[in-house]
Amino acid sequence: MRLVRLAEAAAPPLVALLATVAAFALFLLAAGADPLRAYGLIYLGAFGTWFSWQNTLVRAAPLLLTALGMALPAQIGLIVIGAEGGFVAGGVAAIAAGLPLAALGLPAVAVLTGMALAGMATGAALVAACGALRHWRGVNETISSLLIAYISIAVCDQLVEGAMRDPASLNKPSTRSLPDALMLGTIPGTNVHLGLVLGLIFCVLAYVFVFHTTWGFAARVVGANARAGRLVGLPVGRLILIVTALAGAATGLAGMVEVAAVQGAASADLAVGYGYTGILVAFLARQNPLAVIPVAVLMGGLEASGGLLEQRLQLPDATITVLRGLLFIMLLASETLQGRLRLTLRPRAPRAAPEPVRPAHAGGA
Amino acid sequence: MASGSGFSRRAVLAGLGVGTAGLVAGPLAGRQARAADKAVVGFIYVGTANDYGYNQAHAEGAAAVRKMQGVTVLEQARVPETVAVQNTMDGMINLDGASILFPTSFGYFDPFVLRLAKSKPKVQFLHAGGLWKEGEPLNAHSYFGFISQAVYTAGIVAGHMSKTKKLGFVAAKPIPQVLRNINAFTLGAQSVDPSISTTVVFTGDWFLPVREAEAANSLADQGADVLTCHVDSPKVVMETAEKRGIFCTGYHTNQAVLAPKAYLTGAEWNWTGLYPRLVGDLIAGKTLPNMIRGGFREGFVRNSAYNAIVPEAARKQADGVRAQFMAGNFAVFKGPLKDNKGNTVIGAGTTVDEFDLVLEQMNYLVAGVIGSTS
Repeated sequence: MRLVRLAEAAAPPLVALLATVAAFALFLLAAGADPLRAYGLIYLGAFGTWFSWQNTLVRAAPLLLTALGMALPAQIGLIVIGAEGGFVAGGVAAIAAGLPLAALGLPAVAVLTGMALAGMATGAALVAACGALRHWRGVNETISSLLIAYISIAVCDQLVEGAMRDPASLNKPSTRSLPDALMLGTIPGTNVHLGLVLGLIFCVLAYVFVFHTTWGFAARVVGANARAGRLVGLPVGRLILIVTALAGAATGLAGMVEVAAVQGAASADLAVGYGYTGILVAFLARQNPLAVIPVAVLMGGLEASGGLLEQRLQLPDATITVLRGLLFIMLLASETLQGRLRLTLRPRAPRAAPEPVRPAHAGGA
Repeated sequence: MASGSGFSRRAVLAGLGVGTAGLVAGPLAGRQARAADKAVVGFIYVGTANDYGYNQAHAEGAAAVRKMQGVTVLEQARVPETVAVQNTMDGMINLDGASILFPTSFGYFDPFVLRLAKSKPKVQFLHAGGLWKEGEPLNAHSYFGFISQAVYTAGIVAGHMSKTKKLGFVAAKPIPQVLRNINAFTLGAQSVDPSISTTVVFTGDWFLPVREAEAANSLADQGADVLTCHVDSPKVVMETAEKRGIFCTGYHTNQAVLAPKAYLTGAEWNWTGLYPRLVGDLIAGKTLPNMIRGGFREGFVRNSAYNAIVPEAARKQADGVRAQFMAGNFAVFKGPLKDNKGNTVIGAGTTVDEFDLVLEQMNYLVAGVIGSTS
């Protein structure tokens, strides 16, 4: 029975995925491309070779963490879309901590740990601020998280092009670089940096936290009905702070990984949209931290394969963006199927006729 | 979505197709067809390839390479300056057998091109930006054009056409390459009339169409009657000038179609001339220098054709200076030159050669520019 329930919960996103495949095929036909060849190329570019897999995983790595920036607050009923801000601020905080630590001559492990802590603390503070504003001041967390993201990105740009700028970075203002020896390495035998492992660990821990701890249970109770939660004596404010802080820590860690494993320094190029793609990943994963993993890999694969469509089929560069947009729309539409798709015959819960309109909701799986 | 089941049946079929097509057709489609090629050349752009600006200039160069016999060209646009570019280049090498790559955005070089160049010693990387330093991989090259020369000649035309003696410049960031163009534009115009001033607005980033339009309008409101810019896509600045009934000079590539009445001339990259030459040299087995730079004389830059309304006197002066650039006996930056705070930046009698790296560190605006570098 549990398996059936799981299948029913997974069905709407799968339907959305298949509907997207069909709609995108029509788009490809309209653009004069052969859909089968295009899907073949997407497969080749995303998963067709060992190189493609590595390419996909490198692109998926930051999404694992930024998706948690939305999926975790969703458990407690908050729609937080400010992962981009936590990502950028986390990256800048990480380099701000890493450079002095490196100057002290500490070993790589210590420097990287310090960077990770700084990034996570900064991200946590930013997103927890949205949670606190929500709980104590009644400010809509969706709006506040987006605005805080804008502000923190602007502040970070100002820092990396002003106070923290490496005077030698003339035409591309950025901070000083982390020495190569202190960079976060790759998984042995691959080109994939260790940020992927951190992301996987964080996703699994988040899943355990949400579904197998008392705190996680309490958070989900508050998410389902905050008043009921308060009525049974749950510390709603503290729960919100903890969950949003964890979400922020995930986004900050993603920023730290981008700096420590990829860029080596912080510049305005930190804000390239990993945080916003994370929103899409979290929605597609139905806010389930474990489901974030396959979805992030799928999304990484789509990005990895976009080039082949452009190079081999001469499709415009926005093609993969169209595919992502279709996916998102289908996904939102499929939310209305939730609870209506039944794979076995069992008595339906009694319901009042006429049926009320069900709003598409974002909360828990 | 009532028709859920109908959707899924069709989609399942398509989905099945994905797997089979991928397994069967995918891997075969790529390399084999290109076995006879002399070279597979990959171009990577940071924005869209039809932006009427920076990226389009490179894409026009790529189109010229595509015309070469036996050369296959791969293109990918909108690749951010992150690990994405490293993966894109790696993909072109691994999946399509590219042996020459043109990563065309400034921020691609360090660390992404450098990192990949080390692990792929047989692939030649030609990066736009002029960043290579001693000790960096020898298969990494970085090229750049002295477009400030072409901006200077455009400034001459602007100087002739301005009635208000006020020019407007929409710029992205106060970095040396941008400051050099603002200064060259102003010096070109001042060679016509020393009383001309240029007001500069920095938008803060390379592609901010709304802010660029606001800046262009505000410059027009302040009385500027010739606008130019240094942003990735000059489109909105040109269109705004046309709409406001003032003049403009272009940048990166030719924007005359966007502003048929306003567009006087423009400073363009001559990538269509340079790229086939570089690719041809590599195919012929020649070793390219690691730092490749040049101006008019070396065929790296050019000016757009004059608008019909540009008077003979302006054409004559601009053509004359261009001829001197071609002959190699004209310098944009020569003393005595003061910045707009009154400090002498180049002493009397000193001429700074275009290749001099001191120009790459420019951190001042010359006298007559209204604006600040910070």
